[in-house]
Amino acid sequence: MPFLALANIKKSFGQTQVVHDFNMSIEKGEFISFLGPSGCGKTTVLRMIAGFEPPSAGTIHIDGKDQTRLKPNQRNIGMVFQAYALFPNMTVFDNVAFGLKVAGQPKAEIEKRVKEMLKLIHLEHLADRYPYQMSGGQQQRVALARALAPKPQVLLLDEPLSALDAKIRVSLREEIRMIQRQLGITTVFVTHDQEEALSISDRIVVMNAGRADQIGSPSDIYNRPATRFVASFVGTLNIIEATVIDPANGSVMIGDQSVTLRESIADKSGGEKLSLALRPEAGSLAESAKGDTALTGKVVSANFLGSVVRTRINVGGNIISFDMFNSPDLVMPAPDEIVTLRFSAGDLLIIRD
Amino acid sequence: MKMSKFFAWLAIAVGVTYFFVPLLGTFEFSLRMRRGEYSLDAYGSVFSDIQFQQTFGFSILMALFTIAFGMLLVVPTAYWVRLRLPQMRPFVEFVTLMPLVIPAIVIVFGYLRLYNSSSYIPFTGSVLGTNILLVMSYITLSLPYMYRSVDTAMRTIDVRTLTEAAEILGAKWPTILFKCIFPNVMSGVLSGAFITFAIVIGEFTMAALLNRPAFGPYLQLVGANKAYEPSALAIIAFAITWLSMGLIQLVSRFGKLTQSRP
Ligand SMILES: Nc1ncnc2c1ncn2[C@@H]1O[C@H](COP(=O)(O)OP(=O)(O)O)[C@@H](O)[C@H]1O
Ligand SMILES: [Mg+2]
Repeated sequence: MPFLALANIKKSFGQTQVVHDFNMSIEKGEFISFLGPSGCGKTTVLRMIAGFEPPSAGTIHIDGKDQTRLKPNQRNIGMVFQAYALFPNMTVFDNVAFGLKVAGQPKAEIEKRVKEMLKLIHLEHLADRYPYQMSGGQQQRVALARALAPKPQVLLLDEPLSALDAKIRVSLREEIRMIQRQLGITTVFVTHDQEEALSISDRIVVMNAGRADQIGSPSDIYNRPATRFVASFVGTLNIIEATVIDPANGSVMIGDQSVTLRESIADKSGGEKLSLALRPEAGSLAESAKGDTALTGKVVSANFLGSVVRTRINVGGNIISFDMFNSPDLVMPAPDEIVTLRFSAGDLLIIRD
Repeated sequence: MKMSKFFAWLAIAVGVTYFFVPLLGTFEFSLRMRRGEYSLDAYGSVFSDIQFQQTFGFSILMALFTIAFGMLLVVPTAYWVRLRLPQMRPFVEFVTLMPLVIPAIVIVFGYLRLYNSSSYIPFTGSVLGTNILLVMSYITLSLPYMYRSVDTAMRTIDVRTLTEAAEILGAKWPTILFKCIFPNVMSGVLSGAFITFAIVIGEFTMAALLNRPAFGPYLQLVGANKAYEPSALAIIAFAITWLSMGLIQLVSRFGKLTQSRP
């Protein structure tokens, strides 16, 4: 049985439905990310789990118990907000102690637990500071400690890093993941940053306009996107338009070049349009490169990006981005040069809309 | 450029003169009780007047009650409007501004009609009842100032997120209001309190018509019957007002200092 189960959740604000039939089963100790563009309903789903918004339909169970009608203060959930939301009138210590005090725990125990939490986030030395005396990253760590102190069943984080600098964002997300593993707490992490989701999640829910487009491991999501939306939102996949030639043997036309797909397209008919995805790091421009498939095109641009060189190639009207690792003897392709990209037919994925 | 600067200074000079000359005149006059030399006799006479002590004490007490009960009304209201009823804001603001538009004398006559000793709620039938009515009318009078200052302070904190943060940690609403919200709008509460204090101390209409021994009617009485003391009293009243304003400045600056960084 899943630890946190959302079943057929719907949510409407007035006439507009913002969450459509959302289903999700999360195992105990799992780290799940909700990934999607702004306004797709991530926060709304999270707020329903927390109890701030009642779902218009559907149920929410935690550890087998129905939570759908419970108030937030009856749910034993920890939450971290984008804007930190530390109590400005309380010190770090008092902020972290707040949930324990509310629960009426004895003083000695509160003190012990708060110290433990501050140690976990490496801020023992700042216990007497006020929020306004700390940096954003420090405040967010305190917010994390505050959420974890009462030993919640589930931890919810709503874009906790998006107000921070790029550097701190990376180090803090690793810290969050480490603490999550250490405590084994079931976690839902909301983000619109695909790199963030890919780097720290056990599984990712890619959300699009109030629906879960795909649920899967980071490598599933990245390598085998289920829909065009997932393909375009996660990573920098190339979307290539093709026309079916022979559904039986899988041959399609890309521009005026013929390619044979490995995936079956037996359900298509000749002349039908098809979208294919190709990862920018798949294949090679070298003559000697292995690969049963080749596409020839004209170089549009080649950009040096540090560790990689990104070449954009026009193949029959499709602009295909192609990344190769930088090395001292690399020859940058010149604009208007005709090049051939070789890759395995298995790298071409069929995208459903 | 030079010309406009000149006119700016001129305007300031005129303003300052307009404001300070009467004040200085009053002050100077208040020092002349003893013939031929300056002295503080008028102030001594005021402070030693038992009636001054009684009325001033009474007004301070009324001010404290007004502040306490006014804030108990205003803080939860402003909080609730911000949190749950943002569409009601214009209406609530309109209501809180009413006392600025309706003259005090109209309000107090309304009270006397509604609550006279032969009415269903005879507040004016007893001293305690009349005092309660006086505090309530003072709350009405200071409502615009209290509501504004509290609401402004609430704008500087994220009321909704703080409430939710407290809620998810298990807190119920009295804890949320008194531990998480109230302390963070303290600067607004204090500014509102000081301005209320200044208003109540000098208020005349309500106190006089409800026939309570407050400082305002006493000022009027002294003014009608004595020569030097009224000037001394005017200066004292001014000093109280200015002290209140100074304290407002102080707490609002303190409030800014302690706000959390975004
Ligand atoms: N309280 C609300 N009232 C009306 N519409 C809302 C409310 N909260 C969110 N929405 C709408 O629901 C949609 C999803 O919002 P949200 O869950 O905040 O998206 P995300 O967190 O993915 O950016 C948006 O179109 C937003 O305008
Ligand atoms: Mg959001």
